[in-house]
Amino acid sequence: MATQNTKTLARAMMAPSVLLLLVWMIVPLAMTLWFSFQNYNLLDPTQTGFAGLFNYEFFYTDPAFFQSIWNTLVIVGGVLLITVVGGIAIALLLDQPIFGQGIVRILIISPFFVMPPVAALIWKNMIMHPGYGVLGDINRFFGFEPVDWFARYPLFSIVVIVAWQWLPFATLILLTALQSLDGEQKEAAEMDGANFLNRFIYLVLPHLARAITVVILIQTIFLLGVYAEILVTTNGGPGYASTNLAFLIYRTALLGYDVGGASAGGIIAVVLANIVAFFLMRAVGKNLDR
Amino acid sequence: MGSITLNKVSKVFGEANVIPSIDLEINNGEFVVFVGPSGCGKSTLLRLIAGLEDVSGGQIMIDGKDVTQAAPAARGLAMVFQSYALYPHMSVRKNIAFPLKMAKMDQSAIDKKVEAAAKVLNLTDYLERKPSQLSGGQRQRVAIGRAIVREPSAFLFDEPLSNLDAALRGTMRLEISDLHNQLKTTMIYVTHDQVEAMTMADKIVVLNRGNIEQVGSPLDLYKNPRNLFVAGFIGSPHMNFVDGAYAQSKNAKMAGIRPEHLGLSKDSGLWTGTVKVAEHLGADTFLHLDVDGIGPVTARAGGEFGAHHGDRVYLTPDESKLHRFDDKGLTIRA
Ligand SMILES: Nc1ncnc2c1ncn2[C@@H]1O[C@H](COP(=O)(O)OP(=O)(O)OP(=O)(O)O)[C@@H](O)[C@H]1O
Ligand SMILES: [Mg+2]
Repeated sequence: MATQNTKTLARAMMAPSVLLLLVWMIVPLAMTLWFSFQNYNLLDPTQTGFAGLFNYEFFYTDPAFFQSIWNTLVIVGGVLLITVVGGIAIALLLDQPIFGQGIVRILIISPFFVMPPVAALIWKNMIMHPGYGVLGDINRFFGFEPVDWFARYPLFSIVVIVAWQWLPFATLILLTALQSLDGEQKEAAEMDGANFLNRFIYLVLPHLARAITVVILIQTIFLLGVYAEILVTTNGGPGYASTNLAFLIYRTALLGYDVGGASAGGIIAVVLANIVAFFLMRAVGKNLDR
Repeated sequence: MGSITLNKVSKVFGEANVIPSIDLEINNGEFVVFVGPSGCGKSTLLRLIAGLEDVSGGQIMIDGKDVTQAAPAARGLAMVFQSYALYPHMSVRKNIAFPLKMAKMDQSAIDKKVEAAAKVLNLTDYLERKPSQLSGGQRQRVAIGRAIVREPSAFLFDEPLSNLDAALRGTMRLEISDLHNQLKTTMIYVTHDQVEAMTMADKIVVLNRGNIEQVGSPLDLYKNPRNLFVAGFIGSPHMNFVDGAYAQSKNAKMAGIRPEHLGLSKDSGLWTGTVKVAEHLGADTFLHLDVDGIGPVTARAGGEFGAHHGDRVYLTPDESKLHRFDDKGLTIRA
């Protein structure tokens, strides 16, 4: 009886926030869905009314459409690869007792505090710029031509910048997981004759599985919508080489003033996100329940 | 084979000189128990032997070979940890097979050995389970199984039973003793449990602040403790120490008498005391008394002795079982 009461009370107390979240999510989604079937262009207020599937057709036939989906997936996949592998490596290093541990850890975490447009601008002007950038200077020092990163490898450059921003997050999560690994297990493995590599494969990696899953899931949510870094560096170019779905929607909505078309793009992005989430949960979701 | 020799082994952690210098000889096939108060360096000594900790000085020999600098795996020892240290994401089968897999043994041989070990330890029905699905005693057996399959030259146990309840501890104690009789492999066992030490050991090593106080068989330590520390540490309840006039009458600085060597009577005796607490266990009665002119004393009577709080009783020490100590705390031999 007591637990029954507590449960009912808990439900009642939680209801407002659940309701708020639901409204918060449902209203924009419903509006986007509604707009995606309407003729709604800010440049042409006379044209209104039901548009059928025209907006979807318009977005789908955009020459950048398939490339933008591909680019979205490349950014997500590339950044995940770099941050997970790099995060594990850095976490392993940080787990060792070193001089000035506290300061080193804060330094490692600091990129996460830099706002995305600022980080991207720093990379654009101070690191990757062929004229003023550090990478250009290094190339010249060794007698090579400086590379114009954003013109030659636009997507790769974006991936590097975004990965730099997310690496601290992955490192932090993985480091805490690593620190919770039982010391006696490591010693037992050592006595069982496992060398460093074997200890990593059979002990550390399985122990990290859950943390890696959390990193992948959380980052994917944010990486599907990378936008600021593209805007301030390549602006989606050259051509559509670094345009992802989020950026394409922005382009349609704010440069084309086409609310209907952009909404259709938004719905497509939601569908894409759900497809990605579905495959992700099938691939790594089982690590979460134990 | 499994004889272990420690030669002036010492260990310093930063400022703390945890083990000043230890010489110890462990013969092949012996069951050796390290006992001592908490923090005296039992675990540290065991870890030095295992190679999990580097020595600060001295030499460790196993079967005549100097292994002071050898890696843990190269020493041919197996360790059972207090927390069991099982690999949580591997099944019991994989846990037991792990050291063999690391030794690159072929799969059919591994299977055979794992099955054999599982049979000895009654784990056959649990081979496909994960450690989290086992009881404490079963986990302990898996940890022992993982140690057995390697056929080590010696087993090291660090308080392996301290996480188990009293009944299970009793069973596992017997199982480990039984295992030792079957395998006849050297075993080093750390504990602070009196009963474990007295019942399992061929040889007890009493440690205090990183020094060996005495080495000997359980009964030897019980009958002939070398000094005050060993006399007070071995035996439960502890020996009663009496100084002052009574000790002087025996030509000693301090006299010691075990609770079981005090004759109890309601009519007459050498000392008179008031019962503070009486513990009636059925098989034994423990009386905690305040003896006139001497102070707190514990006495044990076999069977039931009808005394209660506030009663006056008489005690007579059995002079033939009396221990005498000089002003350095060393035992005075008769
Ligand atoms: N890594 C370490 N660094 C510094 N001091 C340590 C370290 N390990 C152990 N010590 C110290 O060494 C002493 C002996 O520790 P040890 O763990 O060997 O005690 P123990 O006899 O096993 O005690 P217990 O019965 O409580 O397990 C303790 O005073 C402890 O504080
Ligand atoms: Mg210990």
